[in-house]
Amino acid sequence: MLDPNISRYIWTHTKRQQLWVLAVVAASMIPYFLSLNLPKQIVNGPIQGDGFADPTATQTFMQIAFDLPYFGNVTLFNGVELDRLNMLFALSGVFLLLVIVNGLFKYYINTYKGRLGERLLRRIRFTLVDHILRFPPATFKRLKGAEISSMVKDEVEPLGGFTGDAFVAPALLGGQAIMALAFIFVQSIPLGLITAALVAVQALVIPRMRRRLLVLGRERQLTARELAGRVSEIVDGINTIHSYDTSNFERADISSRLGRIYKIRFDIYQWKFMVKFINNFLASVTPFLFYSVGGYLALQGRLDIGQLVAVIGAYKDLPGPLKELIDWDQNRQDVQIKYSQVITQFAVDGLIEPEIQAVSAERADGKFEGPLAAINLGVMDDTGSVGLDRVNFSLTPGETVAIIGNAGSGADIMAEVLARIVWPTQGQIVIGDADLHSLPESLSGRTITYAGTDAYFFFGTVRDNLLYGLKHAPITDLVFEGADLTQRQWEKREAAWAGNPEFDINSSWIDFEHHGAADLAALMPSVYAALDAVSLTRDMFDFALRSNVNLAEHVELKAKTVEMRRVLRDALTQADLNGLIEPFEPGTYNVEATVIENLLFGNARTPELMAGAIISNPYFRTLLEKRGLADTLFAVGTEVARNAIELFSDLPPDHPFFQQLTFMKPDDIPLYSMILNKLDKSAANVSESDRAMMIRLSFDYIEPRHRFGLLSPELMTQIVDFRTAFHEGLPANLKDAIELYDPEQYMVSGTLLDNMLFGRISQKYRDAVERIYTVAGGVLRELGIYDTLLSIGLDFHVGAGGKRLTSVQRQKLALARALIRRSDFYLFNRPLSALDTRTQEKVLIASLKYLHKDGRKPAVAWVISNPKFALFFDRVAIFERGRVVEDGSHTELSQKNGIFKELMSA
Amino acid sequence: MEIGKQWEAGQQRKWDGDDVLLNDEVKMLKQVPLFAGVSPAKLKLLAFTSERVSYRAGEALFHQGDTGDAAFVLLAGRADVIVDGPTGPIKVAELDENAIVGEIAILCDVARTATIKATTAVEALRISKENFFKLMSDFPEMTIEVVRVLADRLGQTTLELSEARSRVAELSKR
Repeated sequence: MLDPNISRYIWTHTKRQQLWVLAVVAASMIPYFLSLNLPKQIVNGPIQGDGFADPTATQTFMQIAFDLPYFGNVTLFNGVELDRLNMLFALSGVFLLLVIVNGLFKYYINTYKGRLGERLLRRIRFTLVDHILRFPPATFKRLKGAEISSMVKDEVEPLGGFTGDAFVAPALLGGQAIMALAFIFVQSIPLGLITAALVAVQALVIPRMRRRLLVLGRERQLTARELAGRVSEIVDGINTIHSYDTSNFERADISSRLGRIYKIRFDIYQWKFMVKFINNFLASVTPFLFYSVGGYLALQGRLDIGQLVAVIGAYKDLPGPLKELIDWDQNRQDVQIKYSQVITQFAVDGLIEPEIQAVSAERADGKFEGPLAAINLGVMDDTGSVGLDRVNFSLTPGETVAIIGNAGSGADIMAEVLARIVWPTQGQIVIGDADLHSLPESLSGRTITYAGTDAYFFFGTVRDNLLYGLKHAPITDLVFEGADLTQRQWEKREAAWAGNPEFDINSSWIDFEHHGAADLAALMPSVYAALDAVSLTRDMFDFALRSNVNLAEHVELKAKTVEMRRVLRDALTQADLNGLIEPFEPGTYNVEATVIENLLFGNARTPELMAGAIISNPYFRTLLEKRGLADTLFAVGTEVARNAIELFSDLPPDHPFFQQLTFMKPDDIPLYSMILNKLDKSAANVSESDRAMMIRLSFDYIEPRHRFGLLSPELMTQIVDFRTAFHEGLPANLKDAIELYDPEQYMVSGTLLDNMLFGRISQKYRDAVERIYTVAGGVLRELGIYDTLLSIGLDFHVGAGGKRLTSVQRQKLALARALIRRSDFYLFNRPLSALDTRTQEKVLIASLKYLHKDGRKPAVAWVISNPKFALFFDRVAIFERGRVVEDGSHTELSQKNGIFKELMSA
Repeated sequence: MEIGKQWEAGQQRKWDGDDVLLNDEVKMLKQVPLFAGVSPAKLKLLAFTSERVSYRAGEALFHQGDTGDAAFVLLAGRADVIVDGPTGPIKVAELDENAIVGEIAILCDVARTATIKATTAVEALRISKENFFKLMSDFPEMTIEVVRVLADRLGQTTLELSEARSRVAELSKR
């Protein structure tokens, strides 16, 4: 546990360095004092001519001699005789040297202190995170993530700055202050007493006044931490806020919190400057007393004037160190408060012992002979409600058990307790003959695999998250050479200095051999099989297909994709699915594509040719007019507008049907009806911009989708002719602005899917995508890019907490992540609740099969959400109100007139 | 007006293929009892916001157990209603042109109670759940029509059930 006293904590971890830096500081005093004396020597000696009355006179320079007791006079160096001018240069040279030496000392000390502070900060932060990893599970019910992270990140930050000064500053400043005070005492006892009294007042009153500042500082810290917690709550709960229209309630809350923080800060300023004023006042009262009392004494003849001047001169050196000392003390208390605030939050009872989480590369399979069993197990939550009531339940190696029970029945808690996620309040869980909770996590966490309803995903790719459950310990360290080796050694040394572990995050953390694979590539087939088992492969393909592939990384894809177009078409023809894709062909109108796609026949790469702006492009527009297409498309556009207005004009603008109206915004309807009115009166009324708008409208038209009947074969031919002319006459400045649909080329600007289909999926067939996918899977395998594609899919970034995945994808991924682990016991806690029943059944069967492949026979306990699935398990256990009410094989329970039979017939 | 003429020329052509236009769909929807009382303008909107889908013989429109997300109106072709029985799939009914199917699942939010399989090539209009509800709430006359049809169907089912029961009773007497 962390020491509650910050100074003691710092001393414990840095005493050797602190002593060293103290010694260095002491050593630095010597050149410092020498440099103080030197200007006087230069001015008095060579400049004013002391001892150089005779132009030929010389003085000894650099004589090193001193008196030692018992030895008498010792002369180390006799020195050199120098004349006045040379002496000036010699002494000035020494001065310069001392300046450099002082500077170097300062540089060294500051760097050293800084480094000391940063190391300690690293240590504290690591210890705090280490504590979080060791908190008992129940602690997390009352923790706000953002508050904890603001403690780790921000609140301990000042500790680093303080560390370097924790012992050096008081020693140094205290020494200086005592010296100055002693000097005054030597000059005059009464004046010394006065000074000492005032210093005492300052030292007593000021810290007392500052106490309030510390209280305010603590409040500030708490409110700021709460603010961080609230901000993250807003982020997490943004959907609830939107859907309940409580954004202004949140604004009010934030505003009032900021107001409180402002008030506290303002109070702090007021006090701070008030204290400063009093401090300054006390400091200036002393000279006042010197002048008045000292002057009086001098006039009385009890003090000679030389002494008075010397006292005043010495006093000049006192307030500086004193003030800094008081500041230092203030800082110390401040840091102490921050530190205590933080560590009380982290002082949690029942912290998991470090040994339990000790890193270990040892495999866990077959370590435990017996069953995973709950004995007389009770679970009660912090409100006292009973989750499990003295339950005996066991999972024998090799058997599969279905656990049935609705919410509150204890079925879920049983799975969680067995997985060590919830701690029992009574009874015991044993695995073999060992108590589960006394085992290191390296054993229990590998012997047992758990997947629940809500799985957490870490920021990263699907692959990162999928393999996350395998990363227990660094297995093979990377081999470093040359500069990398030096860097790695430095990292290790620093980690040790700061009490951090020296594991390398870049080592291989996966025990591939354990999974029967030599390396990651060899492991992947089994990972892909797990994705198949949970029906996630399809999603991975979608991710891959919808991405713009980095061709530099996957060189082979370019040619293969182009080849795929033909192969896929052949395969579709063979499967009698010819009409599913309407391919892009240079000489044919593609009815499943929009008018503009047919006109351009390429992907726009610059904004000037994108759908919104292309109508203003002079080359495009002129050609359109020249070919007479402008008029025709204007007519199509008006007809689209007429239809749209007929369909939608009665609907309110926020009506969901407007989503179907892809080419027009609800707000545009009045504008278009106005143009139509003008047009109906006389075509001459229509302005150039109206015309452009109408033409623009025709661009998004797709006949099979919108079904207004506007595309005649003549028009299609005209459009194809335009396309050819457009490409042939393309001016040089537009050459790079468009990437043509070329059946023989990979389109860099398109997604992988665009490139593979090289056409549009027909609107006519429902599930066309599904069917193409079914055929495409085989084609991809044939071309040998199936795994490449899956691998690209696995590169999909899941976003914060996996939010870029759907809830179904998240559950499937969580299950796959569990399946690829090699354990003796698998616990599944309604892992598929977001899926529909048919898919649930499919995934459940496939998952059980996956776990039993290669002759493995792990035990599986599965909390199922549909009693029908009980059929697929060796044994069924039914939970109700925290107890096991029925337990037996499917046939046994079906014959009994019990709850199970009731459930099955329901 | 030259534009107009050119346009008309295009319009008047009836080009080949099975492209059915919105207006034809409206005529077909009009034949469906559920929509018989709904005005053509609203049917056109319904048709426009729905998806036109084709199925070949043997393909399923949906499977028993799926979540119900849409209703289908058969514009052309025939389909079988199949239910998973204890001994295997049982064909319980046949659907004809202008039949609506799958509306129960979207109205009651239950899983599909049967599988629908096309027996010939089928052209259908797929009305998504959201659109169906939106139409009902926007146009109460349609809701009344839906209720009427459902009540009819319930009456029919009740009749069949009581007939079946009396037959069971007779059989058990023997």
